[in-house]
Amino acid sequence: MEAPVVGILALQGDFAAHARMLRDLGAVPREVRTPAGLDGLDGLVIPGGESTTMTLGIEREGLAEPLRELAERGTPLFGTCAGLIMLDRDHLGLMDLRAERNAFGRQVRSFEADLEIAGVPGGPVRAIFIRAPWVAEHGDGVEVLAEVDGRPVAVLEGDRLAISFHPELSGEPRLHARFLELVRARAGARR
Amino acid sequence: MRDEATFTVKAGLAEMLKGGVIMDVVTPEQARIAEAAGACAVMALERVPADIRRDGGVARMSDPEMIRGIQEAVSIPVMAKARIGHFAEAQVLEALEVDYVDESEVLTPADEVNHIDKWAFKVPFVCGATNLGEALRRIGEGAAMIRSKGEAGTGDIVNAVTHMRKITGQIRRLQALDDSELASAAKHHQAPLDLVRRVAQDGKLPVVLFCAGGIATPADASLMMQLGAEGVFVGSGIFKSEGPERRAKAIVEATTHYADPERVAAASTGLGTAMVSLESSKLETEQLLAQRGW
Repeated sequence: MEAPVVGILALQGDFAAHARMLRDLGAVPREVRTPAGLDGLDGLVIPGGESTTMTLGIEREGLAEPLRELAERGTPLFGTCAGLIMLDRDHLGLMDLRAERNAFGRQVRSFEADLEIAGVPGGPVRAIFIRAPWVAEHGDGVEVLAEVDGRPVAVLEGDRLAISFHPELSGEPRLHARFLELVRARAGARR
Repeated sequence: MRDEATFTVKAGLAEMLKGGVIMDVVTPEQARIAEAAGACAVMALERVPADIRRDGGVARMSDPEMIRGIQEAVSIPVMAKARIGHFAEAQVLEALEVDYVDESEVLTPADEVNHIDKWAFKVPFVCGATNLGEALRRIGEGAAMIRSKGEAGTGDIVNAVTHMRKITGQIRRLQALDDSELASAAKHHQAPLDLVRRVAQDGKLPVVLFCAGGIATPADASLMMQLGAEGVFVGSGIFKSEGPERRAKAIVEATTHYADPERVAAASTGLGTAMVSLESSKLETEQLLAQRGW
């Protein structure tokens, strides 16, 4: 099949690092700043950044409804850090969970650690947590893939993957590869 | 096993600020306005650069009470300025758990020879630079983010352009050199050879590069982003303008859509008067803040 086209919400944050990772894995990344940018996407990444800035940007651009429609069409979504927050009940409402912002504390509490993630073979992932959120509560349909301090930091709900950390900064390709599996399976089923 | 305060973690926060606007604030109320306008972080300081220029005297770190008030007022990252070489101010800011310390030429330098040893801290540092060598010296000292200096408090973009073009131009020239030439380039730039090699290979700094000093309009932000800045600091440009809220929002919008002139045009419309500006070429040498630091 053709290389999947994966959008990256590029209102603010580390969208360029996600684009590099996706390109290396054989996808065609596209920076998305307006509703028109969502047309024809096979998947969408919501990157790390400042969740307040991103929320205001989504509002300014009128992106909330188009993003919900994209999700309703079954397009796989991948949120990292601020992206996880955007997907939660209090923001776009696209995952059945509530994120706790800056859950580990301010920047001096930011850390990296080796993390085993369910469904990601090949040993632990080097996970970078930056003023990171965790999942404070979630519905039964949400599968927890990894925890830190007993709090979920990687979750999957259908074709929607969300994580608290930044594999795009550590050159760790396995989470993006896992997401692209969802994207390819969905695109294959549609075509 | 958790590793806190690694360089990856320090530089990583700057990665999250990319494409955003960091705004100078002197009160919690200003911090709230900045956050509501879409700032990706705020910079707490005692006085904005335009007031430091006007009033003179020694410019120092903010009162901790003010910094705490700002931290309580907003949930976005809070940065704060320490004087060049004043590691005790930086220790205080680390104890307050600010998210980034700006070792800044905007404040009055405390040491005329040495910058702060930034490796000794858990809190990450951002430092100013006017050229590639200065940027790499700061990174060698442990800075996890660089901003071009420009000329703070003027509303004149010319120095920001000069410094950004200098840094990016010098990076491009390094990329044309072979291995043996890089050693003499390192000497010329007075910068660590390993960092010079890395920049030559990657074609970019090893940390995030923002611009600062003189940004007053949405078009200024677009200009700097097109010249290679990965985000923008705005100091006096917002709260010294006629309509801070509108202007702050407009600069945020223009930073996101910097490559789309129609969006920058829309953002630039009806903002009222910009800050009272100073032409930086008319300033006396001793009034130039960018010359502080080495």
